[in-house]
Amino acid sequence: MTEPLVYEISRPGRCAATLPDLDVPPTDLPEGLVRDDLLLPEVGELDLVRHYTRLSQMNYGVDIGFYPLGSCTMKYNPKINEEVARLPGFARLHPYQSLETVQGALFLMYHLQEFLKEIGGFSAVSLQPAAGAHGELTGVLMIRAYHVDRGDEQRNVILVPDSAHGTNPATTSMSGLRVVEIPSDARGNVDLEALQAACEQHSDHLAGMMLTNPNTLGLFDEHVAQITELIHEHGGLMYGDGANMNALLGIVRPGDLGFDVLHYNLHKTLSTPHGGGGPGSGAVGAAPSLADFLPGPIVDVAPERSDDDAEFYVFVDPPKSIGRVKAFYGQFGVLVKAYTYIRMLGPEGLRRVAEHAVLNANYLKSRIQDAYRVPFDRICMHEFVCEGHFADAPDVHALDISKRLIDYGFHPPTNYFPLIVPEALMPEPTETESKETLDAFADALLRIAEEARAEPELLHEAPHDAPMRRLDEVRAAKELVLRWEPE
Amino acid sequence: MPYIPHSDADRAAMLAAIGVRSMDELFGDVPEHVRFPELDLPAALSEMEGRWELEVLAEANFNAGSGPCFLGAGAYRHFVPAVVDAVVRRGEFYTAYTPYQPEVSQGTLQAIFEYQTMICNLTGMEVSNASHYDGATATAEAVITAISVHRLKRRKVVMSPSVYPEYRAVVRTYTQGMGLSVVGDEPAGPGAHDSAGWASASTLKELIDDDTACVIVQYPDFLGRIEDLSELAAAAHAARALLVVVADPIALGLLKPPGAFGADIVVGEGQGLGAGLSFGGPYLGFFATRQKYVRKMAGRLVGQTVDAEGERGFVLTLTTREQHIRRERATSNICTNQGLVVLAAAVYMAALGKCGMRRVAELCYHRAHYAQQQIGQIEGFSVVGDAPFFKEFVVRCPRPVAEINDYLLNEWGIIGGYDLGRDYAALKNHMLVCVTEMNPREDIDMLVEALQEVAL
Repeated sequence: MTEPLVYEISRPGRCAATLPDLDVPPTDLPEGLVRDDLLLPEVGELDLVRHYTRLSQMNYGVDIGFYPLGSCTMKYNPKINEEVARLPGFARLHPYQSLETVQGALFLMYHLQEFLKEIGGFSAVSLQPAAGAHGELTGVLMIRAYHVDRGDEQRNVILVPDSAHGTNPATTSMSGLRVVEIPSDARGNVDLEALQAACEQHSDHLAGMMLTNPNTLGLFDEHVAQITELIHEHGGLMYGDGANMNALLGIVRPGDLGFDVLHYNLHKTLSTPHGGGGPGSGAVGAAPSLADFLPGPIVDVAPERSDDDAEFYVFVDPPKSIGRVKAFYGQFGVLVKAYTYIRMLGPEGLRRVAEHAVLNANYLKSRIQDAYRVPFDRICMHEFVCEGHFADAPDVHALDISKRLIDYGFHPPTNYFPLIVPEALMPEPTETESKETLDAFADALLRIAEEARAEPELLHEAPHDAPMRRLDEVRAAKELVLRWEPE
Repeated sequence: MPYIPHSDADRAAMLAAIGVRSMDELFGDVPEHVRFPELDLPAALSEMEGRWELEVLAEANFNAGSGPCFLGAGAYRHFVPAVVDAVVRRGEFYTAYTPYQPEVSQGTLQAIFEYQTMICNLTGMEVSNASHYDGATATAEAVITAISVHRLKRRKVVMSPSVYPEYRAVVRTYTQGMGLSVVGDEPAGPGAHDSAGWASASTLKELIDDDTACVIVQYPDFLGRIEDLSELAAAAHAARALLVVVADPIALGLLKPPGAFGADIVVGEGQGLGAGLSFGGPYLGFFATRQKYVRKMAGRLVGQTVDAEGERGFVLTLTTREQHIRRERATSNICTNQGLVVLAAAVYMAALGKCGMRRVAELCYHRAHYAQQQIGQIEGFSVVGDAPFFKEFVVRCPRPVAEINDYLLNEWGIIGGYDLGRDYAALKNHMLVCVTEMNPREDIDMLVEALQEVAL
């Protein structure tokens, strides 16, 4: 199935929008500053709608089927969230309106900050970061600023486990700090001995550690309390990558485990949609040690204006703030959805989310682990990692299994990550999937394991039943066609 | 429990299959003394109650659509055709994620490819990535690209004071660990604003030297002005520095693209392309550059290829620049970007098309000029400077801007312009007025009448 490019259905003179006539006297256009051509499509409204509708039909989303993309928490995106974020009183607010005219929006932001503080066990929250990696950059810059503020400018080493998301080391470099990688042990935890050695070796230069917990193997680190203690003993601070917070809601608060700063992924944990790659939201929570360094503005109650009945909300900048990390206040439309989700679930509901996310992952693991080796076989959290290859079918790879899953109507799990597991497949079912869906997915994986031995070419050539057959990624990188050009 | 389908029977069967007796047993690795905290959060609501609560909060705001609005300064009220939201609300698009599996993500991938093409054509550049969080972070990433093009050897960034103040702040936040010097936008710098005239972008030329990685200017600038940037581009290129232009994509429907002046990187806020105001986000940072810098740029890129049967298709490409492959040596840490807003922008640009984009820009231009002429005639108010401008212009006011805006809102239901005194001491009592295609003549005439009252 292919669809022409919108440029290829373009015909001169068409337009899918109507605009008012000019109702003021025209002014001369600025000399020498007017463009002479503009190569944009010219299409009618119906053709435009059909074009993008057909493109949508070539996509797979949570609304269509099971999307167990590990580390991404592809849970159901409640429809009520979409409705409320589009209410004109939110959708049509200009960010520079006077505070008196936006008190409803500030109330929502203030209380979302409060909710996130409570969920994460932190003393302050900034809603400004736009996505997980952006929250990481924020947090690591805060750690850097903390040391600089104390005259410890030489502290430039960030420890990162070898199981970490690529964003962790990339963030460290972007912040002007240095990465030292720490290996994992045989149970999938951070190797404590190696950590101890690194802490001692870099003690004077230790800025902190970035840790995802549960980690990218889906395992809760059995030594997390010792790790945070060790880092603190050596003068470092703990960064928590909150990508996997869906396992922790109401189970444990990262702040209580000794994390100094953590980003929440509202688009994972708190049900806001992933949008084909964003917008996300990467709000950051901070312990008292780092609260003063958060990016502003954050919302607070104005003490002098709160005497009468209603509290008055204002923007404030934390005293030692690293500065803004984006224009305005954050992905506000996403914040509305996350707020709504927390209100719909309440404290018991949030704990049920984590429990069922973990239940689903362990159930799915129990269904397939005889066919797919699970290298670190413990009770997992919200996701787990298995190996997508078979000793008696050596030509079959995780990629082939992934593509074959498409034929069975499923989105493949994350593959080839984490890097420490060969041929990794990382399914994360989320709590919103029913037992029947998990069973159907497990059945498909078991059948694929049989096919891998009996008919491996079925896997190599998969997908057979998708909008496109397997795409040539090497050719794309070699030829590098990044835009359409007229013949 | 909302959104969780499990029955008691399901739970029992699943726990048995796992081999544990209770849910709690799944969390044995969590330290006991901090396990299962009582969260102090308000009790759950039904969907009906949730909707009511959110409606009450929304209605507690005065929305910029309920009356004339002349506020811009980086977030703009532009019309969004209904087709945009109709496409964006399709679950196939908004419940998908980053298109890692291209065989089932052609919708997202092709839409991004179309977007990349349209952004290139709009800006006059050769390659566009699949977006940044907003215009401010795209600007900061442009600085990082320029530093990387010079292999970290150049440490100076020249930035015009007429770049959005929040963008300048974000550039400084992003680069605080990199040991760079960011110069040119100091209050007393060569391009600084004074209430009479203000220097143009070309005055930044004197700051460019052989340690300069890039020069950043805005087009139209923060005060709405437009100027030919070719001289500045030539000066930057003479020193082998890159010219980064922060541009308004709506203005580019009419104005010469920055690429035509010799810009090396064009970034900006794509919010005007179908995203709406939404109190500052989610917006869209666009980023376009020359082909020769493609391997230095950050962000996702979609490229064309073929499938096993030779059919044209699209994939994420040049991923070896990115964090999940290159880790600490990646061009940026960016992962999730503004996917759905990219889709909105693609649909918007395709809906408006060649003629519509020009038409919107002309409506902005002519109405803004009409408004400037009318306001300039009010006693006590005067327009500042005589540079060409697009949809925003500066007015010197007889009273503090905050006071005038209170009056406009309370007496007339009008949202007034931006108070430039917030950012520039020399521009106290100066208002930045924004006029778009959403401000018909009646709006402008009403503003003029209201300001006449203010002047009395």
